[in-house]
Amino acid sequence: MSGNEVDIPEVDSASGSGIPIRGNDIDTDQIIPARFMKVVTFDGLGEFAFFDLRFDENDDLKEHPMNEERFQDSSVMVVNSNFGCGSSREHAPQALMRWGIDALIGESFAEIFAGNCLALGIPTVTADSETIEELQDWVEANPDGEIEIDVEAETVTYGGQTIDVTVDEAQRKALVEGVWDTTALMKSNAGEVRKKAQELPYVGDDQIPDPAD
Amino acid sequence: MSEGTLYDKVWDRHKVTELPTGQDQLFVGLHLIHEVTSPQAFGMLRERDLEVAYPELTHATVDHIVPTADQSRPYEEDAAEEMMSELEENVREAGIDFSDPTSGDQGIVHVIGPEQGLTQPGKTIVCGDSHTSTHGAFGALAFGIGTSQIRDVLATGTLAFEKQKVRKIEVDGELGEGVEAKDVILEIIRRLGTEGGVGYVYEYAGSAIEDLGMEGRMSICNMSIEGGARAGYVNPDETTYEWLEETDYFQENPEKFDELKPYWESIRSDDDAAYDDVVTIDADELEPVVTWGTTPGQGIGITEEIPAPDELPEDKRDTARRAQEHMRVEPGETMDGYEIDVTFLGSCTNARMPDLRRAAAIVEGRQVHDDVRALVVPGSQRVQEAAEEEGLKDVFEEAGFEWRNAGCSMCLGMNEDQLEGDEACASSSNRNFVGRQGSKDGRTVLMNPQMVAAAAIAGEVTDVRDLTEVQTV
Ligand code: SF4
Repeated sequence: MSGNEVDIPEVDSASGSGIPIRGNDIDTDQIIPARFMKVVTFDGLGEFAFFDLRFDENDDLKEHPMNEERFQDSSVMVVNSNFGCGSSREHAPQALMRWGIDALIGESFAEIFAGNCLALGIPTVTADSETIEELQDWVEANPDGEIEIDVEAETVTYGGQTIDVTVDEAQRKALVEGVWDTTALMKSNAGEVRKKAQELPYVGDDQIPDPAD
Repeated sequence: MSEGTLYDKVWDRHKVTELPTGQDQLFVGLHLIHEVTSPQAFGMLRERDLEVAYPELTHATVDHIVPTADQSRPYEEDAAEEMMSELEENVREAGIDFSDPTSGDQGIVHVIGPEQGLTQPGKTIVCGDSHTSTHGAFGALAFGIGTSQIRDVLATGTLAFEKQKVRKIEVDGELGEGVEAKDVILEIIRRLGTEGGVGYVYEYAGSAIEDLGMEGRMSICNMSIEGGARAGYVNPDETTYEWLEETDYFQENPEKFDELKPYWESIRSDDDAAYDDVVTIDADELEPVVTWGTTPGQGIGITEEIPAPDELPEDKRDTARRAQEHMRVEPGETMDGYEIDVTFLGSCTNARMPDLRRAAAIVEGRQVHDDVRALVVPGSQRVQEAAEEEGLKDVFEEAGFEWRNAGCSMCLGMNEDQLEGDEACASSSNRNFVGRQGSKDGRTVLMNPQMVAAAAIAGEVTDVRDLTEVQTV
């Protein structure tokens, strides 16, 4: 195939210690305030994740799990409902990923946010509110405790127990089969795409580039 | 499962194939890009040595970071200048049309697409911006995407997407005095919740929607996303076609209008279409809605009392408590009389001509309250020009408003237009999240443009219907 193939790893599991971020409806403006989005790459975003909740006006540390020493190596974020609501900015999951997060467990996620996570190979698995709160409490008590997410089997194992969680079907397939990076996959259908474009009444022939390109 | 809806039909017309993930690969008819979410995607393209597949179906503008006061280049702020230059370079390299500020066509991406006739019924439209749902007002299937998806669309002209359910929201009856499209959507979000639309696309129908002009329909579709729905749409009708005929595209290609009209007609939802859910709303019952909290779902009628958190469903209580603390409001009060420091008339929800006209009608012959800083930021350069020609600019300026250049401005405070400290802002925009307008202690009250105008005059949230009475008596 063409030279633009990238190796897309399969993400059938994720593991690490947890960090609890409590609260429903945490929006992307909180995850990454817009003023930090004046960048043309995502590289340095990690340090600005949850900035306004972590620092006061004098840039002094506020009380926040991400400021706590014991959570510095955490890679599994445990959140409540409607996490990541608001804008479509991929800067939000990018900031979390660059801070060190590999997976999120929560009661529910905003759709665009979950889609953006998937595009980065970050699972967003869900469970009911009681299960989530128990897990958050456990993480609080066991900041070094290992959490294992089995994406394929839809389970989370921690503290000697295994619980059932839900992974959106398309997300599960995409992660497990290593097709979450859809660019190469879809590019291989370029011929059919052209055909589709030609069939659409509003697309002019002059708007469809030559296939040789 | 829905069947025979516009959503189903447009989806089927654009479906290339089913991917191994179970998602569908959809052809994208129009890809709009702006400076904030696209540079990283172009970067990814370069990393992989890929080119833009359908530059002719792509269109760019600059809106989020563009200064609304002094627009001379280089921009005063380095970061803004860097983003602008990056966009200029990307579109030049790829051969993408760019409505830049020197063109007279620049503006908020969701204002300029419809203005230029790029937005059409039956198109799939995407943009790295959640309010892309706005374009659904024309019967397009339009949704916001993330940067990795922008890369997908740039590289392939397609998007991997899962089909959603369709909820019909039928708004019947007539909107009363002072009540606008904005109030309809705030009411919908309040009733169904900010998560109520997750997994759904909203079809807005009913006599109150049909009676709206395109601008009102856009205001409603715009905020579908605040209700959790990825997209919202209105079936195209004569109102839609009248708008389209006036746009650049159909002025330049008049034959296309007749050519495409049968397609537009064919994608309208069938009379016997099946929906996954139907919700009805009585337009006659509505009054101006304002938000008391920090999510767009925390709205109430202007004469209603702010709810006590304990009376709300359990999962809403905690958020409500934090919101009331932040906003400094008490249950049992109304929002009428809430002191305001700043008013912002702008954004892709409410910065088109009729919005400015209605607000100007309230403002005319009155003065902005001494303690209020009042901004008007037109949605596009064309709106700006039309409003200046019509004398609206003078009306606003004589009343003490600042008249600015087009852009997103204080909707999200990425340029110099920001709230300071704990200022309270009456805003015609779409989000009242903590920190949204540039200050993390800032307080945002969402409302319709007339209500924003009334707040500017009164220095507090006020029922615009009372203001009218007071003056006319
Ligand atoms: S006006 Fe506001 S909501 Fe609309 S595109 Fe700009 S920032 Fe987004």
